[in-house]
Amino acid sequence: MSKLTDDQARAYWKRNLSLMVKLMVVWFIVSYGCGILLFDALNEIRLGGYKLGFWFAQQGSIYTFVALIFYYTKKMAALDREFNVEEE
Amino acid sequence: MDLQTLTYIVVGSTFALYIGIAIWSRAGSTKEFYVAGGGIHPVANGMATAADWMSAASFISMAGMIAFMGYGGSVFLMGWTGGFVILAMLLAPYLRKYGKFTVPEFIGDRFYSKAARAVAVVCLIICSVTYVIGQMKGIGVAFSRFLEVTYETGLLVGMVIVFFYAVLGGMKGITYTQIAQYCVLILAYTIPAIFISLQLTGNPLPQLGLGSTLSGTDTFLLDKLDQTVTELGFKEYTTDVRISTLNMFAYTLSLMVGTAGLPHVIIRFFTVPKVRDARSSAGWALVFIAVLYTTAPAVGAMARFNIMDTVEPEPGQYLAYEERPQWFKNWEKTGLLGYTDKNGDGLIQYSADKETNELTKVDNDILVLANPEIAKLPNWVIALVAAGGLAAALSTAAGLLLAISSAISHDLLKGMLTPDIDEKQELMASRVAMAAAIAGAGYLGFNPPGFAAGTVALAFGLAASSIFPALMMGIFSKRVNKEGAIAGMIAGIGVTLLYVFQHKGIMFIQGTEFLGGMSPNWFMGIEPNAFGCVGAIVNFVVAFAVSSVTKEVPDDVQELVENIRVPAGAGLAQNH
Repeated sequence: MSKLTDDQARAYWKRNLSLMVKLMVVWFIVSYGCGILLFDALNEIRLGGYKLGFWFAQQGSIYTFVALIFYYTKKMAALDREFNVEEE
Repeated sequence: MDLQTLTYIVVGSTFALYIGIAIWSRAGSTKEFYVAGGGIHPVANGMATAADWMSAASFISMAGMIAFMGYGGSVFLMGWTGGFVILAMLLAPYLRKYGKFTVPEFIGDRFYSKAARAVAVVCLIICSVTYVIGQMKGIGVAFSRFLEVTYETGLLVGMVIVFFYAVLGGMKGITYTQIAQYCVLILAYTIPAIFISLQLTGNPLPQLGLGSTLSGTDTFLLDKLDQTVTELGFKEYTTDVRISTLNMFAYTLSLMVGTAGLPHVIIRFFTVPKVRDARSSAGWALVFIAVLYTTAPAVGAMARFNIMDTVEPEPGQYLAYEERPQWFKNWEKTGLLGYTDKNGDGLIQYSADKETNELTKVDNDILVLANPEIAKLPNWVIALVAAGGLAAALSTAAGLLLAISSAISHDLLKGMLTPDIDEKQELMASRVAMAAAIAGAGYLGFNPPGFAAGTVALAFGLAASSIFPALMMGIFSKRVNKEGAIAGMIAGIGVTLLYVFQHKGIMFIQGTEFLGGMSPNWFMGIEPNAFGCVGAIVNFVVAFAVSSVTKEVPDDVQELVENIRVPAGAGLAQNH
């Protein structure tokens, strides 16, 4: 484990931020988008007994949240390895 | 065996389990007391976080709120889960890297100011105390309903149990008990849900049952529910927007940001060994929470369906009051379910019209607890639900009490007032602070102040408008300085408190609400409970504005920020 140079630290942080922004966009779309703002439009589509907007608001958004965190964890672990900043 | 005996056995054995764990996991150092030695496995921490986070409100009240709000209840589902995404990406890993014991400690170091630390301690204590009162009430109510002791006795037993494992074990004892409590509460929640889903739809998974057809018909459960509620004059279940789209948006955002800013949840991420464990632990926490949160909408919808089906089995054919089932009688006794025969025909007419509705009182809180009885499930399931409700309330109370006691002993005493106490004295101080916090919370539970009902709004509002923005700016900006952070926190809390108080009364005292509780006076139609996110925005704006006209952040603090952004290898010693 070596000490990062300033440039490396900046690059690591930039990669982290861009990943975070992408995932926060998905986070926003499934909850505020599909569950609230686009609710009426999505309700035209059915998922079994669920109207799609209702499904996102009460089920789908939660499943997506879980997936987002694990995806972030996995990507960040790879980034830590790439920059050699893993803890022991 | 009768229900009473069975409940005593089930609740008694879970309590014996919690106490056994407490004796086995005593804390010997401040590190064990505050952060369980920092050696908790991320999956175990996730489970403990889930129990810590899911309170009496999640277990008892939420499904009931969804049942009567329909789609509008989604704000709680999305709001109370989406906050974990924010935690996992924006806060937990960096605060873990910083590697100390409390939230105010980080704020004090990052903004190089004891004043900032003191403001954070005040916010933490107010929001944790308001929250803990609710748990204490939950414990008292659950005991009095299921064990038929008085509310006061129930509360006292609850206090003794919490005292035992929280004072003895600190974070270490709390963590292991919370893991046991999660198992109890999740079984208690899902077993009745599975039974009811099977009865109604033939599908054992409530998450799928909610989207299935009713057994023996081609009609979807949700369609039937929509049809029945609209016939009674209510808004359609699946599209019933809460006040307005903007209000739902603001409410969800406030709950998410508030969740991410609640100190008792944040400190759970100080207990894992590494930064990457903090990330994955938030994921595991959400997995364990999602098991309950994706079941809750099914519980809500199915309970609403069952109640209406009991009261009005065929359209226009109402249940006679004399023939009401046993659960109806039981809950009538508690005053949480009420019937008034307005037209004198002895039948129970249920409708949205206040003039003719005869089911005059259906408290949100009885749904989950009465659900197994309504669905005619065996007695052991009912006993398990009692133990589950208690586990949910106890685990959250313990987590909150730890956050309060560590703020007092670590931030207030060790950090500010008496910095030269040694570790042994600090450990003693934290135990005394914990005991005092339990006594204080118990006192407030015995004499709930008039504002108990309004306090949830306050806890989330404060966490969202003060602690969350300060932490986020501390990590993501090197520009925000001492002056900015303090001004931001005070402005954020100020705006939120002012809004809540002007609509709900100063300190929630009736009659002092100078703008009234009326919706026409709401800012852009946003209800007071949903206002935390506006307070957060004010906090951010003020903090950046003030920082831009005051002195820059010192170099060593900028280096601290650099350091927490990288898991390892960014210089600076990690241990303290």
